[in-house]
Amino acid sequence: MRTLKFLLAALILAPSVVLAAEGAHLDRAPDRSGNNAALQNGAKLFVNYCLSCHGASAIRYNRLTEIGLKPEQIEQNLMFAAEKIGDPMAVAIHPAEAKKWFGVTPPDLSLVTRARASESGSGADWVYTYLRSFYRDAERQTGWNNHVFANVGMPHILFNLQESLSAAEYDEQVGDLVGFLTWLAEPEAEFRKRLGVGIFLFLIALFVVSYALKKEYWKDVH
Amino acid sequence: MMANVVYEKYKSDGSFLGNLLEWVDARFPATSLWRAHLSEYYAPKNFNFWYYFGSLALLVLVIQIVTGIFLAMNYKPDASLNAYGVPVAFASVSYIMNDVSFGWLIRYMHSTGASAFFIVVYMHMFRGMLYGSYRKPRELIWIFGIMIFLCLMAEAFMGYLLPWGQMSYWGAQVIVNLFSAIPLIGDPLSVWVRGDFVIGDSTLNRFFALHIVAVPMVLIGLVVAHLLALHEIGSNNPDGVEIKKLKDGKGVPLDGIPFHPYYTVKDIVGVAVFLMIFFGVVCFAPEGGGFFLEYNNFFQADSMKTPPHIAPVWYFTPFYSMLRAMVWDFFWLDAKFWGVVAMGGGVVILGLLPWLDRAPVKSIRYRGSIFKTLLVIFVISFLILGFLGTKGPEYTFFGVSWLPGTVIAQIFTVYYFLFFLTMPWWSRIDACKPEPERLTWK
Amino acid sequence: MSNQEKMSCERRRLIAATAAVGGVGALAAAVPFVSSMLPSERAKAAGAAVEADISKLEVGQMMTVEWRGKPVWILRRSPEMLESLAKVEGELSDPASERKQQPEYCKNATRSLKPEIMVAVGICTHLGCSPSSKFKQGAQEGMSADWKGGFLCPCHGSTFDLAGRVFKNKPAPDNLEVPPHRYLSDTRILIGEDTQGA
Repeated sequence: MRTLKFLLAALILAPSVVLAAEGAHLDRAPDRSGNNAALQNGAKLFVNYCLSCHGASAIRYNRLTEIGLKPEQIEQNLMFAAEKIGDPMAVAIHPAEAKKWFGVTPPDLSLVTRARASESGSGADWVYTYLRSFYRDAERQTGWNNHVFANVGMPHILFNLQESLSAAEYDEQVGDLVGFLTWLAEPEAEFRKRLGVGIFLFLIALFVVSYALKKEYWKDVH
Repeated sequence: MMANVVYEKYKSDGSFLGNLLEWVDARFPATSLWRAHLSEYYAPKNFNFWYYFGSLALLVLVIQIVTGIFLAMNYKPDASLNAYGVPVAFASVSYIMNDVSFGWLIRYMHSTGASAFFIVVYMHMFRGMLYGSYRKPRELIWIFGIMIFLCLMAEAFMGYLLPWGQMSYWGAQVIVNLFSAIPLIGDPLSVWVRGDFVIGDSTLNRFFALHIVAVPMVLIGLVVAHLLALHEIGSNNPDGVEIKKLKDGKGVPLDGIPFHPYYTVKDIVGVAVFLMIFFGVVCFAPEGGGFFLEYNNFFQADSMKTPPHIAPVWYFTPFYSMLRAMVWDFFWLDAKFWGVVAMGGGVVILGLLPWLDRAPVKSIRYRGSIFKTLLVIFVISFLILGFLGTKGPEYTFFGVSWLPGTVIAQIFTVYYFLFFLTMPWWSRIDACKPEPERLTWK
Repeated sequence: MSNQEKMSCERRRLIAATAAVGGVGALAAAVPFVSSMLPSERAKAAGAAVEADISKLEVGQMMTVEWRGKPVWILRRSPEMLESLAKVEGELSDPASERKQQPEYCKNATRSLKPEIMVAVGICTHLGCSPSSKFKQGAQEGMSADWKGGFLCPCHGSTFDLAGRVFKNKPAPDNLEVPPHRYLSDTRILIGEDTQGA
């Protein structure tokens, strides 16, 4: 039996012993989950700065009611590229056109905060650090380069915003934007966790009664 | 043995339900199936922790089939781009996640179920190794089991292409190219498997058909065969005692208890505990730290851009490590061919276990220190191979240059095969304790 | 013996408890699967209310808009057309629109919000074909000589008047459905939604 326990322990512990962090340092993105004011600000920034080139076609505008916006607010303030509130948050520019203009198709951002996750940090950390790591580079056609994403095709689109704010204020704004992108990548995330608690409570009940039942039967077995 | 028993037909107590049952039982072996496989199927009473994984594997199979059916209602195997420049297949997964009511839950259950399946099945197989459950007369049970494992690998591999993300695409690209390593017919074979010169729409469509129809049907057939063979012989147990040898006057095994109700109620407890872990992952960590849902797979497939680091999903990594470990050309065949041989051989050699093991006893409880030591090293090497498979080929342990991952993988690959190939020799000379006549219990 | 009976009683109670908890779990587990088969967000978005601009619709003319994949007719009836409604009442199967084929606010003589504008789903209540318009009176469009104008379903010959009411002794059981709708302005109709925010 000792051998078994050892093997089981080895099974569980082995991976964690050898795991060591690697890759570039990323700043931690602030947590905006459940903070509707910040998420709404993020939505505004996303629509104003990102949506002209990047879509978020997996999400429909009417989902934004889940971060506390009213349908009229969405229609009047956020829907520049769509007609109906049930439409996806798509780019106005056709992807093939965009490729002609920029050389690459600006990627759809529906899942960016999940796709960019790595051992260095969450996908939100990556986007948060990326948007704060642009620097001037005369070699590049756009005049910009990035410490996190070398030779990125995108210019520093938030430059005007960064100029007009203090460093701390800019970080706050980017935090809101990344918070919104994180919400966007999985709008059900908060509900998922609440549901998990419910399932867990149910399973505890099932465990208690089934364990009592098992004990009751097994007292016959000698 | 079981086949000789003639069960009495059900006699109605006069109630409507009783009459119905009697009518059915006269035309269908309902009572005899129930009694032969549950209420009068006698199992050893000393099953321990390791014996939960059989019924759990069946539970996960059901979860996968049910969630799979509902996913198939909304998934579209189509590689073409939609109006927003997103592949239709990839977008249909997003559609399931965001637009279908509770689609996200069904999808996470299916993706977590895939990993859970392998965890449960690896534990179940390891149980077989601990207690010699593959030994005579259970060779065929074990062979059916290995075939189930192969089917699962095929299911997992083809299912992984369907979300049409970057890892789906490039993982399939790499694995299908393995076929090209086969001498002479390799290249035309890999083109035939893909139905195209690269992974494309035709590949996606045929993988979908195989994933949701063909392989599951074979899988279910094999599971039935696995269970029929088991019930013909009877279950092994941690003592390795054949319980059908000793019976009382009525033909009931002395060390056995009816599977139902004793093991059905016990397995419900196991199910409750398993589901806590399962839904813990589904609801609190559906990505499984990037092991269950790889981060790169949230990027849509792009045939022009390989991700910087391709690793298969964790359950394939031990065998993937063996593939990469082969870097030498032997005879007139190149290293690529031998890599494929190592990968395939790593699975197939498990099927030879019943004939490789020559020990006089089955269970680890009565086996000698050679077996125990070699098995511990075997588990460690399997885990390290699995770990290395998740890393790039340039990986070194603790970042020190004299512990390169490739060399370590080669050492453990050699150990993996030596463990099996030398087993006929060391299993015979190992000092074993005598097996008991009756179960040791409590 | 009594000891054993007591035990089996306890056992029965535990079986009932486990079965009850398990049954609740099975029912709860069915919820996500069953509800995943309801119309998705995409289907709901496609089924959302549509706007129709009737400013260019001339008297006697009909336009069709698509709502939930079905044709919705908007007809600007002329005074003669409106007069015909009263004349055919005796031949109709549900002249007073008693059956629930229209919102409460359209349960009137013209089955409409504004007398001259008819809004109806152009799907025959028999088996789902789309009737064709036969607006001209008399036998001009292949109808009988006493035809007062209306619609004819090409599949099984059901006929409807210019308010979408079905004639007696025809295969179609009910009047054409009037969808929920409201006027955003004099010339813009929102089809599929009647009250704000619904």
